[in-house]
Amino acid sequence: MDFLDIIQILDSSLRLATPLLLACLAGLFSERAGIFDIGLEGKMLASAFLSAAMAAYTGNVWLGLLAGVLASLMLAAIHGVASITFRGNQLISGVAINFLASGLTVVIGEAWFGLGGRTPQLEGAARFHEITLPFADAIRGVPFLGPIYADLLSGHSILVYVALACVPATWWILSRTRFGLRLRAVGENPAAVDTAGISVVGLRFAAVMICGVLCGIAGAYLATALSAGFVKEMSAGRGFIALAALIFAKWRPWQALGATFLFGLLEALGNRFQSLELMGIAIPTQFMQALPYILTVVILAGFVGKAIPPRAGGEPYVKER
Amino acid sequence: MTESLPKWADILLIPLVNLVLALIVSGIVVALIGKDPFEALYILVNGSVGSAYGWGYTLFYTTNFIFTGLGVAVAFHARLFNIGGEGQAALGGLGVALVLLYLPLPHWSLAIIAASLGAALFGAAWAAIPAYLQAQRGSHIVITTIMFNFIASALMVYLLSRVLLVPGAGGSPETARFVEAVRLPNAYDIAPWLGFSRSTPLNVSFFLALAACVFVWALIWRTRLGYEIRSFGKSEPAGLYGGISSTRITMVAMLISGGLIGLMAINSVMGEAERLVIDPVQGAGFVGIAVALMGRSHPLGVFLAALLFGALYQGGGELTFEMNGMTREIILVIQALVILFTGALDNMVRAPIARVFLTLRRKPAQKAGS
Repeated sequence: MDFLDIIQILDSSLRLATPLLLACLAGLFSERAGIFDIGLEGKMLASAFLSAAMAAYTGNVWLGLLAGVLASLMLAAIHGVASITFRGNQLISGVAINFLASGLTVVIGEAWFGLGGRTPQLEGAARFHEITLPFADAIRGVPFLGPIYADLLSGHSILVYVALACVPATWWILSRTRFGLRLRAVGENPAAVDTAGISVVGLRFAAVMICGVLCGIAGAYLATALSAGFVKEMSAGRGFIALAALIFAKWRPWQALGATFLFGLLEALGNRFQSLELMGIAIPTQFMQALPYILTVVILAGFVGKAIPPRAGGEPYVKER
Repeated sequence: MTESLPKWADILLIPLVNLVLALIVSGIVVALIGKDPFEALYILVNGSVGSAYGWGYTLFYTTNFIFTGLGVAVAFHARLFNIGGEGQAALGGLGVALVLLYLPLPHWSLAIIAASLGAALFGAAWAAIPAYLQAQRGSHIVITTIMFNFIASALMVYLLSRVLLVPGAGGSPETARFVEAVRLPNAYDIAPWLGFSRSTPLNVSFFLALAACVFVWALIWRTRLGYEIRSFGKSEPAGLYGGISSTRITMVAMLISGGLIGLMAINSVMGEAERLVIDPVQGAGFVGIAVALMGRSHPLGVFLAALLFGALYQGGGELTFEMNGMTREIILVIQALVILFTGALDNMVRAPIARVFLTLRRKPAQKAGS
C-alpha cells in the first residue's frame, strides 16, 4: 500500500464518516439535554427518502434538502411530544420512530414512483456534486501536502464541509454560549434549571429540534450526495453506529469527529478489502463491520475509560406540584 | 391516575383504544396515498383469517411472536428493556442448527427437545453478556443489546458464508438441510381434515409456544423467583431492602428472556426453513416489543397480541399481491403506531379515559349524597 492508496482510503473514510458525524452531533444535542434518542436511524431514513423524492420531483437538490430536514423535524416533533410533553418512555418512542420511517418511506415511495420503494436516479442539479477547493489543481504537484489537500480535503460535496464545520460550531454553542450552558444543565439537573426560571420543556424541545435538523442533513447527504437516489433501508444501521460513536466520544463534539472518522475508516477498509491480513492473521470483513459495536460495548463496560452519560438522560422531568 | 381506572379498562380497553388509534392513523396514510383504506383492511383480514391457507401462515407468525413477546415481557417485569431479540433469536437459530446438524437424532420428538435446549441456551448466552454488563458495570442494557444485534448479524454472516456453508449450495449462504427424520410434523400431518395445505408452515412448535405462555404465567405469578422479579421491577430499592439481589434478578430475568426468544428458532429454523439461512428472524425480535407492550406483559395478552400481529404480517403479505401500488410495509407503520401509542404516548391515551371514569364514578356518589 503506497501513499496514494492511503490518501484514497482516507478520502472515502471522510465520505462515509460524514453522515455518521452529522447524526452523532444530532444525538449529542439531544442527549446532552437529557433526551435519549435511538430514533436517529429513522430520522435519517425519512430524510433520505423525502430529500431524494423532492429532488427527483423538482429537479432541485436544495429543495430536496429542505424537504428532508422537514421530514426529520416531523419525526423529531413526535419524539418531543411523546417524551417531553407526555413524559413517555424515550427509548420506546425511538423504536417506534424507526419503524415508522422504515414503513412510511417504502409505502409512500411505492405509491409515488412505483419502483419498489426506490426513487428515480438523481442527475444534474438534483444531486450534490463534488466541489473543488481553490488552488487544488495548482498545488497537487507539491509532495506530501499536495495530494492531501487536492485529493483528500478537496473534491467533496458541500455537505461534507458543512458537517466538518458543525464540529467547532457544536463545541462553541455547548461550551461558550448561555444557551449551551443551559442545555447541558437541563441534561444533568433539570430541577436546578427550572428553579432558575428557565423552561425545561422549551430547552429540551429546542435540543430535540436541533437534533432533527442535523439528522435531516445526514439523511439528505446519504441520498443526494453519497448515492444518487433513495433505496429501501438505505440508512443501513448508520443511526446506530452514530449512537455508538456518541458513546465512544463520551458525548463530546471533537471526540465525536474522531470516533465517527474511525468508524468511517473501518467501513472504508471493509469495502476495499475482502479480508485483511494483519500480523499473519486474516481478519474477515464481518469482523471489521462488527468492530464499531464491539468497541462501543467495551467502552460502555468501562474496562477502557468509563463513559458516563448525562445524569438526567432518559428521565422525563416532572415539575413539582 | 391508574387507581381511577378499573382493571378491565387497563388491560382491555386501553390496548383496544390504542389499536384503533393506530389503525385510524394508518388508514389516513393509506387514504393520503390515494388508496381505499377499507379495501386494504378487507384484504388484510381476508388474507390472514379468511382461509385455511391464511390461518396456516397467521398462526406460524403468531408462534414466532409469542416467543419473542414473552421474552420481552419477562424482561419488562424486571424493568429491563430487552431490544436484542433479533440477535438472541438468530443465535437461537444457530443453536438449533448445530444440534440438528451434528447430533444423530433418530426422531423429531427427541430432536425437538435437544434443539429446544440448544436454542434456549444460545439465545440466553447472547443475552448474558449485556445482562452481566448491566448488573455489574452499569452499562445501559438498551444500548448493549442493540449493539449485540449488529454483532450477531455480522457473526451469522461470517459463520454461514465461511464456516457452515455447504459445498455446492450455489453460493447462497445457508447450511445443509436437516435430515428428514427430524422434520417437525406440520398442521397438515397432524390434522389433514382442517384443510391445511401440505406445505403449510404451521407446525407443532405452536403447542410449544402455548406451553411457554403457561410457563411464563406460572413463573411470574406463582413462584418465588417471579415475585422477586416483579418486586425488583416495581421498585429496585424496595427489592434490595427485601433482600433481593439486583445482580441475580437482572441476570436471571435476561437469561430467561433470551432463552424464550431463542426458542423462536424451533418454529422458524427447525419447523419451516429446515436449515439455517441468513436472517432467520425477519424482524420478529422487534415485533416482540410491540406484542409485549400491547399484551401488557401478561402471557394471555401476549398471546392475543401475537395473534393480532401474526394476522397483520400474513395479511400484509397478501396486500402486496392483491392491491396495486400497495406494499406490505404498511404493517411496519401499524406496528410503529401501536408501539408509539401503547408505549410512548400512553399518558396521552390514558389521561382522558381516566377522566371519563372519574366523572362516571363521581355522579352516582353525588346522587347518593344528596
